[in-house]
This record gives sequence, C-alpha cells and structure tokens, in this order.
Amino acid sequence: MTDKSHDPNQMTGAAMIVRALIDHGVQHVFGYPGGAVLPIYDEIFQQSEVEHILVRHEQGAGHAAEGYARSTGKPGVVLVTSGPGATNMVTPLTDALMDSIPLVCITGQVPTHLIGNDAFQECDTVGITRPATKHNWLVRDVNDLARVLHEAFYVATTGRPGPVLVDVPKDVQFATGTYHPPRKSDVHISYTPRVKGDATQIRKAVALLANAKRPVIYSGGGVINSGPEAAQLLRQLVEATGFPITSTLMGLGAYPASGPNWLGMLGMHGTYEANMTMHDCDVMLCVGARFDDRITGRVDAFSPGSKKIHIDIDPSSINKNIRVDVPIIGDAGNVLGDLLQVFKAEAKKPDIKAWWQQIAQWRARNSLSYRKNNDIILPQYAIQRLFELTRGKDTYITTEVGQHQMWAAQFFGFEEPHRWMTSGGLGTMGYGLPAAVGVQVAHPDSLVIDIAGDASVQMTIQEMSTAVQFELPIKIFILNNQYMGMVRQWQQLLHGNRLSHSYSEALPDFVKLAEAYGCVGLRAAKPSDLDGAIKEMISIKRPVLFDCRVAALENCFPMIPSGKAHNEMLLPEEATDEATAKAFSGGKALV
Amino acid sequence: MNQPASAYFLEERHDPNETHTLSVLVQNEPGVLARVIGLFSGRGYNIESLTVSETESQKHLSRITIVTTGTPMVIQQIKHQLDRMIPVYRVVDMTLTGSSIERELAMVKVRGGGDHRVEALRLADAFRARVIDATTESFVFEITGNSSKISQFIDLMRPLGLVEVSRTGVAAITRGPEGM
Repeated sequence: MTDKSHDPNQMTGAAMIVRALIDHGVQHVFGYPGGAVLPIYDEIFQQSEVEHILVRHEQGAGHAAEGYARSTGKPGVVLVTSGPGATNMVTPLTDALMDSIPLVCITGQVPTHLIGNDAFQECDTVGITRPATKHNWLVRDVNDLARVLHEAFYVATTGRPGPVLVDVPKDVQFATGTYHPPRKSDVHISYTPRVKGDATQIRKAVALLANAKRPVIYSGGGVINSGPEAAQLLRQLVEATGFPITSTLMGLGAYPASGPNWLGMLGMHGTYEANMTMHDCDVMLCVGARFDDRITGRVDAFSPGSKKIHIDIDPSSINKNIRVDVPIIGDAGNVLGDLLQVFKAEAKKPDIKAWWQQIAQWRARNSLSYRKNNDIILPQYAIQRLFELTRGKDTYITTEVGQHQMWAAQFFGFEEPHRWMTSGGLGTMGYGLPAAVGVQVAHPDSLVIDIAGDASVQMTIQEMSTAVQFELPIKIFILNNQYMGMVRQWQQLLHGNRLSHSYSEALPDFVKLAEAYGCVGLRAAKPSDLDGAIKEMISIKRPVLFDCRVAALENCFPMIPSGKAHNEMLLPEEATDEATAKAFSGGKALV
Repeated sequence: MNQPASAYFLEERHDPNETHTLSVLVQNEPGVLARVIGLFSGRGYNIESLTVSETESQKHLSRITIVTTGTPMVIQQIKHQLDRMIPVYRVVDMTLTGSSIERELAMVKVRGGGDHRVEALRLADAFRARVIDATTESFVFEITGNSSKISQFIDLMRPLGLVEVSRTGVAAITRGPEGM
C-alpha cells in the first residue's frame, strides 16, 4: 500500500466537484443550497476561483445559466439540492434541451443507502430529468465522479449542445477518492458527434445554389450555437451569393438586421416578405434550423416548389417535419466554411434580379406597420423607441414569452449573434428576468434589458432580489397591457372573444414593487413621456423595473392563421374583424 | 394537381405502416433501457417486441432488439433518435439488411386429457416443439421460431387447453460472416 495521504488528487467528492468546475474554466455557478448539497457549498465557501450566484428559486438558477450560456457560448453551470431543488430545475432543463443550450446541472441526492426509501427531499432525479436532458448520470462511487463530471461538460458543449445533469448522493460528496483532470477517455466511445459535412453532399448543395432562380437562406439557432465564426461565414455566404436571408426566432443576429439582404424573421409572426420568399422559392438553404411548426405553418403547403438543403449537426432533425432533398450532417460553421469555399471555386453569383424585384414588392406591403397613436403607447412603438435609444450601446436583450416577445423579435434589430436570449422551443414564461441576471453576470458592464410582459414577469419576479444582492443593473422593461396578451389575442381570434382568465385584475404596482426589492421603479403611460423615461432607465446603474403602460388590446400581426400556408398571412391593415373571423374560421387549433 | 418538386410530410402520413426490426448495441449501464423505452413512449413510437440482454460482458455491451411499426419517415426518426443517445453504439435496421434471421422462443403450457392431450403432442411434434415439463394432465412445450410460427402454434393450442404462454420477444442477427 502506498501512502495516499499526500497525494493532491486524493480528495472528497465535494472537493472534486469544485475542482472539476475550475478545470473546466467555470467562473460562475448559479445555485441554491440545501441539505443534500451542503458539502459542496462548504467547498465553495473555502475558495475564490468560482463565484456562486445565489438565486431565489431554482428555476431562476436554470434560466440565469441559460442566459449566461447563450450570451457567452460557454456552458452555464447550476448547483441545486435534491428533491424540490431538482424538480424546480425541470423547466429550465427542458427549455435548454429545446433550444440546444449547454448547461451542466449538479444536483445533490440523498445518501446512496437511502435511495429508493422515500427519504426526506428524495426524488428520482435522473428518472425525472431523463427526457429533459441530453444525458444524465447518478454517481454512486466517488471514484467515478471525476470521469462523469468531465464527460458531462464534454457532452453538454459538443455536437448539438444541450443540458446535462449529474446527481451526486451526499455520501459520495463526503467520501474520499482519486480525482483526475479531464482526459479523452472520460467520454463514452459511443458518443461521436459529426462535425464535418460530407463533401459530395456539399457539392450537390452548391450545384443547386448556383442554378437557383429564386433562392432563400433560412438560418436558425444552430448558427449561433456554432460560434461567432459561423455567423461570419453566413454573412460571407450571403455576400458571395447575393441571396435573401431570413431567420428563425432563435437565429436572430447571425445576419445583421441592417444588412441589405435581410428579410426579417419568418414564421407565424414573421414578415410578409420572409414568408412569401420561403413559399415561392425554388432553392432553400436551411442552416441550423429544424423546420419547427411555428416556422412551417401548414406542412403540406410549405414551400411547395423548392429543392431543400438542410445543414444540421443532429441527424434526427433531418426529414423530421419536412422532407429535404440534400441533407448535410455537420456543424453549421464547419459546413458553411466548406460550402463557401466550393461555391467560390466553382460557381458564379447567380443572376436573381427578377427575384429581388418580386421581394421588393412584398416588402412594399410593409407588413410590420401599425397605426400611430399620440395618446396611448403602442407596444410596437415602445420597442422601436427602446431600440433607437439603445442603438450603438453594448446591449443584450432577453424576453419572456408572449406578444412582447414577438414584438421584440419584429422591432428590435439585432446586429450580432449572442445578443438575443429568448425561450423559443419551450416558450417558458418567466425566462427573461433570470436570463437577464445570467447575462449581466457574464457581461457586468453591458446594458442588459429584459423585454417583459406583465404576466410573464411575475412568474420569476423574485429574482429581482438576486439582481439587487449581486449589484446586477438589469433593466426589466415591462410592456404592461394588464392581459396575458397572446392568450387574449388567441381567445379573440379563435374563441369568440371570450376572455377566459386572461385578464390580471390585481397587478402589483410595479414601481412600488421595485422599491420594495431595493431597485428603481419607473413608469411611462404617454408616448410623450416614453423617450425620457427610457433614457433615465439606461442611465441608472442599478436594477430597474420599468412599467410601460401600453395599449391593452393591441394584437400581434402579421400572423399566419391556423392551418394556413405562408402565402396566406393576415396583414395588420387587413385585420378587420370580418377578415379576421374569416381567416380563422378553419379551426381553433393553432398549437 | 401539380406535383411539387419535393415530397411533403402530409403525403408521407398516408403511407402505410411498415414493421422493422432494429438491433441496438448499447453500453450496459444503469438506466440505459429506461432511456430507450422512454424515447419510444415519449415520442409516441410503437414497440411490438423488445428483447434485451448483455452480450459482451467484458465490454459491458448489451444488445437490444426492437420490433417497431411506423411510416418510413417515423422509422427513420426512431433510428436517428436512438443513434444520438450517448450510450448507443450502433443502430442497425435488420429489416433493411434484407438477410436477417429472426427467432423467438416461447414456453406454452397446455392442460387436458384424452384426445386433446394426444392432439397437442402430435401438433408439438409437427412444429418441432419440445416437451420440457409434463404431468399427467399437462405439458409445457418449448418452441423456437419466427414470431408468426409461434403465434400459429399458440392458436392451435388454444382449443386444446392452453393455460399460459411466456414469450421472449424477437432476437435477430444478420446472415453471413459480418457482424453488426
């Protein structure tokens, strides 16, 4: 027997966890203590390399880590306790899975000998989170812990990124074992995500692109996830081909909103020109998007005349919703690089002047227009003013879910990737405020604004307290219409305007609430007050709750009605009561 | 109707269901079967038959054989969804290899006397089922074959005093010298 007492790699499980975080370059952990993680919190207390951000609810920790990850490209790390700590993480884990956000969640678990006994704060964490994670582990032996933690980081950040969870029983945290730094053999040999695209398929894609008469590029969150280089390559491809480009909600910022080829977002609340271009195109290049049902509208009428090229790192995204002609499995950036090289070597910029003329006609419909109002703040106007007054600043935007989210996507122009954090796939109300906390932790000197709704923001409002404690000057810009606006809109359009439980009778006074939390409350109720109040909000170096009183019954347009195709959009100027009733007569099933 | 350049999803939905046998090689670790089954239940796929056992204990490898039904698009999804799971090494569609052998084993308990007992024995012989347990009033037969042969045998035993059946589910392997 060798004496291991002086071996620096001999340590407790709890110490291994902190050591592994340091070895993976983790600077911030979002978490909440509890009985089953106390040994880890004891280790955190005794070091200074990893900073712990104490949230007010575990869901807040998860969304904060998502915001952190999305704005930095690094994995977000969460530490929570067993039982309710773990179950409160189910929503952010699922959210991160749907939007492919790398998260590493460490949960405490009751001691191994109590597992299965319905012990205090016990739950089947790996069972509950299995469908909510890319992969998860229960570590029963402290000597497996280092390997599992290293694998967890690898799995979360490679291939299609996603959330992972490591469940560590309390006795394993106390037990002493051998730690090792990250090494290649830590990873399952069965896990081999494909990065490089097939050269033959890329050639086929280039041949289609080179001969296109009515092309479109449709990019998504995969381009953002791939890293800033992918966004640069996408821009170069747009430049080299001269093609129009649209994007999903998750992909905003990969191509600049001020770029000449930008069509705006596509999909249910996308622009008329983006959806018409998708519908009538002859060649579609989809990069890092997944033909989600909010994008396609009616699938059997989705872009009926086009050849479709689909670049995705996840083979299961191919042909899931829409049959494509040229699938290319690989990392968006890697494939875009190869594609661009082949295109430049073998193809010339196709002449698509006629196509651009057609697109100009669609653009002229001005599908995002809205009637001006001098007395009441319209939500679209509020976002436009917020955008104008933050232009040129180092700004990050998060959102909650609902009408305000769609208006933010429509009216806030994103010039760079990683600047837009929103819950796309899962549509989690309450995402934006904690996400803003996470973004501000990663970018302490930047302007971080959560564009919120009065209903969503109340789901995680307690995280204002986190912002105050850690001096995170987040700005919560609430478009307050006193309704769950999107629910009300659907009830109006689809359910005979029977507004069942979509009105908040008893909203808090957000200004007083802000003061109660120890932050700053601002309010604007008239268009003439708005600019001044926004400027004041920006100038305050503390957390702000901004109560922006907007028109209560404004609807979000344009919109693809249920069961309709891209070329059957309802535009704002056409949305008379009669036209709306007719457009939605087909059915009540938007979901 | 103009035929578009690409096929559509809705057209695919009218495709008839196909039955496919998938062999899935996985790392034998806790929860791996729950992951596979959870995938099927969570995404609404069918499991007609499921057989699991460790096949290489040194490497901790298990082989899962799944018989499933779905449209060609769904079958493709199932394979991709299985393949992207971390502990899954390989997914092989045995039905597409065109030359796979499928076998299932069943134990069939039959109770009765007189002519029924004689007839059961005679049919068992015809099906090459073996008697692995006998009392004066019952037999347990062991029968191996493809699933339809076993189902046929069970149907024949029903009027002769069928008590119960235990089936293993399908195991499959390709013909020829190559492994999966």
